[in-house]
Amino acid sequence: METVWRPNIKELARREMETRPVESGHRLCAGCGAGIVIRQIAMAARKPLVWLNATGCVEVATTIFPYSSWNIPWAHNAFENAAAVGSGVEAARNKLARVNRFSNDPDIDLDYDVVVVGGDGGTYDIGLQAISGAFERGHKLMYVLYDNEAYMNTGIQRSGGTPFGARTTTTPVGKVIKGKPLFKKPIVDIIVAHQIPYAATVSPAYWNDALIKFRKGLEADGPSFIHAFSTCPLGWGSNPEDTIKIMKLAVETCVFPLYEVVEGEYKLTGPSIAIAKNPAKKRPVEEYLKLQGRFRHMFKPGNEWMIEKFQEWVDKQWEMLLKKAGY
Amino acid sequence: MSTPMLGWKELPMGAVAFISSKEYPTGEWAVFQPKIDESKCIKCGLCWMYCPDSAYRWDGENVPVPSLEHCKGCGICATECPTKAIEMVRV
Ligand code: SF4
Ligand code: SF4
Repeated sequence: METVWRPNIKELARREMETRPVESGHRLCAGCGAGIVIRQIAMAARKPLVWLNATGCVEVATTIFPYSSWNIPWAHNAFENAAAVGSGVEAARNKLARVNRFSNDPDIDLDYDVVVVGGDGGTYDIGLQAISGAFERGHKLMYVLYDNEAYMNTGIQRSGGTPFGARTTTTPVGKVIKGKPLFKKPIVDIIVAHQIPYAATVSPAYWNDALIKFRKGLEADGPSFIHAFSTCPLGWGSNPEDTIKIMKLAVETCVFPLYEVVEGEYKLTGPSIAIAKNPAKKRPVEEYLKLQGRFRHMFKPGNEWMIEKFQEWVDKQWEMLLKKAGY
Repeated sequence: MSTPMLGWKELPMGAVAFISSKEYPTGEWAVFQPKIDESKCIKCGLCWMYCPDSAYRWDGENVPVPSLEHCKGCGICATECPTKAIEMVRV
């Protein structure tokens, strides 16, 4: 194993200025967390990238005809087949390299990494089968889920990634039903069950941790999966300027703990280690919930049970993670 | 049919987005945009790192410069700047 990469923010900035992998002028909302996620993926790459994007906010907003924000090879795929297209690109690359198809062509470089990016709709729900297939076949690609916890680009419909209690347009808040009655699908555990070499959660607010994990994912010996937390001011009813603050609170409350799974072994990273060592550092979920309009009803008299239920779920997930990580 | 069908050579380019989005002035969305007090800036680069719109240009040495042509005015940079060097001013 080589020593761990230490990202140097100055070098990264100079490189981005020269290469501009994700150009300005895309139509993501002001304060969109996904805009930060996609920049950080590009920053972490050492080799050139080929980027396959499932339908979703990133795809829609960065390629509104005739504009494109991509200065790297990029293709749009349907919700359900992004991981399958990534598999095909990877397999074709290997084959072309094996038969020395372009060995005399100085303009063609086959030494690139394949990254597939999808939102929660494209990952938890519609694209899951293609991801499972790609990981079973062992394609060397990094799949990044930017999780804004609902189908945001089609109008905030709930997904398998929407958390308990959240108001969406398909789980509205009324007298009987108060937001989504169900909990988030444990997507990382489902992926880890495929026995891939690398999986991790990242919060772009902890950029150092995020960049290291993106690079490990890109350079893993086989498929890798990164679950990136992505604040959505529009769908969550949060202030655009609070995007990073919410990303930090999600980690500090253990709503979204930071960890990686290397060859099946769970390891906490970043602030989550400190919380595991000193549980007094774990903040109550209210602090995270109260910055978001989608949870506003939970603070109304009579709905206290919702915050309690949310907290119970978070505590239980955290306990399970601690056990897996050997605490 | 009175209009003749276009041959493939006459059809406009489709399926391939061919103009860089930097030509699209998302800065027009902004109500407030950042103004940096250079004397307070410690050149940590966090404003650059956290901008969802790749609006900042930073050479790693001088004070980062936001492209106001593209900045949507989210205010993340001003909130996250550790020295409060960034003020959001009405445009
Ligand atoms: S206000 Fe938002 S879009 Fe504008 S430069 Fe700051 S972080 Fe970027
Ligand atoms: S975040 Fe503030 S201190 Fe840091 S580089 Fe930007 S303006 Fe300067």
